[in-house]
Amino acid sequence: MKQYFQQEIETASREEILEIQNKKLVKQVRHVYDNVPYYKKLMDEKGVKPEDIQSVEDIRKLPFLSKADLREAYPYGLLGTDIKNCVRIHSTSGTTGKRVVAFYTQHDIDLWYECCARAIVAAGGNEDDVVQVCYGYGLFTGGAGLDGGSHKVGCLTLPMSSGSTDRQIQFMMDLNATILCCTPSYAAYIGETLAEKGYKPEDNKLKAGIFGAEPWTEEMRQSIQKSLGIKAYDIYGLTETSGPGVAFECCEQSGMHINEDHFYAEIIDPETGEVLPEGSKGELVFTALDKEAFPLLRYRTRDICVLSRKECSCGRTHVKMTKPMGRSDDMLIIRGVNVFPSQIETVLLNEGYTPNYQILVDRMNNTDTLDINVELAPEQFSDKVADIQRREKSLEVAMRGMLGIGPKVHLVAPKSIVRSEGKAVRVIDKRKLHD
Amino acid sequence: MAITQLSVFLENKPGQLARAIKIISNGGVNIRALSLADTRDFGILRLIVSDIAEAKELLQGLSIVTETPVIAVRMDDQAGALNDVLQALNKANVNVEYVYAFTGNDALSAYVVFRVDDVAHAETVLREGGVATLTDEEIKKLL
Repeated sequence: MKQYFQQEIETASREEILEIQNKKLVKQVRHVYDNVPYYKKLMDEKGVKPEDIQSVEDIRKLPFLSKADLREAYPYGLLGTDIKNCVRIHSTSGTTGKRVVAFYTQHDIDLWYECCARAIVAAGGNEDDVVQVCYGYGLFTGGAGLDGGSHKVGCLTLPMSSGSTDRQIQFMMDLNATILCCTPSYAAYIGETLAEKGYKPEDNKLKAGIFGAEPWTEEMRQSIQKSLGIKAYDIYGLTETSGPGVAFECCEQSGMHINEDHFYAEIIDPETGEVLPEGSKGELVFTALDKEAFPLLRYRTRDICVLSRKECSCGRTHVKMTKPMGRSDDMLIIRGVNVFPSQIETVLLNEGYTPNYQILVDRMNNTDTLDINVELAPEQFSDKVADIQRREKSLEVAMRGMLGIGPKVHLVAPKSIVRSEGKAVRVIDKRKLHD
Repeated sequence: MAITQLSVFLENKPGQLARAIKIISNGGVNIRALSLADTRDFGILRLIVSDIAEAKELLQGLSIVTETPVIAVRMDDQAGALNDVLQALNKANVNVEYVYAFTGNDALSAYVVFRVDDVAHAETVLREGGVATLTDEEIKKLL
């Protein structure tokens, strides 16, 4: 059975990868400078010329791009080629503001699908497999990416798109799907629905799942693996850099290999923009090394993670990123400690609570205070005051262990935390009102 | 026989108790007895009502509501009556979590609600001491 989709590049030596990156970067910077006036202006303002970039070592001289730039340049401002050379667009959901539209040439589509194909093979996929894609098809990159990757590998592809769980299950069972691609929360839902219908995990033919597009925890992985009887693999990507497949998990299930021949990754301090040494936790920044239509250089993903070059037993040599631990724009500095809402969520899931919570940060007598409201589930309620106070205490202890600082936990009634447009307002930082 | 108490989780915020009581009264349910335990963050409202199922459904729209089995005892409304019952429970090592009392239409009777960990054991102890515990049906008749 095939272990790699593109063995030569996926297992290339460090030196070979660096050489490819250096060559591609020099060419790409020149291409962007000559074709993207928006970025040329940023480079000129910083006093950087394309010839100043001779290797990836020089990349820190280049200016960053952020989501704000993408919005400002919407829709054509960051286009790196004539629109007649483009064959496709994809777009973000726009939940945090104006949509971002990304363009693709056929070359961009091909290399993106190859990245997804590498992910499918890493999850154990080959031409005998039946890949059920229940990511949304359309503007969202999830459906197209895994669909394209599945074609490249030569799998039978079930282009289900999202929703209609009964139909998903019917096709899964009747057509013997072996690899499931969707969001982790939908995979968990399919698992629950299968159990409700009386199916046991061994009744389906699934062997693996490739799940991404939203944050998920290790606990969630264990529970999905159990309910579906599969191995669950993480996949990472963003519309701005192409879509899923920028990085993917291998059999080790311990971090995602970044496709370094196409994307150069850096970790920076989100406050200062300084590049951090390997192994540091910080904001992930990507440079697309050979994209033509939407060639973003030093794009700040806002995802906080750690990169590792530790040797991987799968044989792949590309650098591994941890699951994003949070978003740099969500990061709170409380009494000098970096706190991410995702850490609080992990504790709640570990302790058997629903992840419905609200973080309140304030300042009293020049000291930061951290209060966390957590919705109590009916089965956790007791008519005895002491029982509920004990629950609060034990959550506080668990939170202190995870965060390094002690919060006050308050249990509140279910559905009492305000939700705007279905999404809960997670953080209220009152310090900003005082300063 | 134990009777059914409704226990309601309330946040310690202005108007929470008023909202709970309004919901019940709008539904035409009569409250026989109530007790409110409060802490800095939250309160637990304990209710004995005329229509348990109806009150529970109504309150579920507001917060968490559970049914808690508690023991209700009728006693003569005179000095020493509660003491006798408590002494009996104490002697048998029954741990009483909380207590609240109410009176009925009959001026000679008082009713006390006991929340204990082991309802069956407490009932045996009381029965052996000649104390009758009330049922949900009997509570209903008092209303």
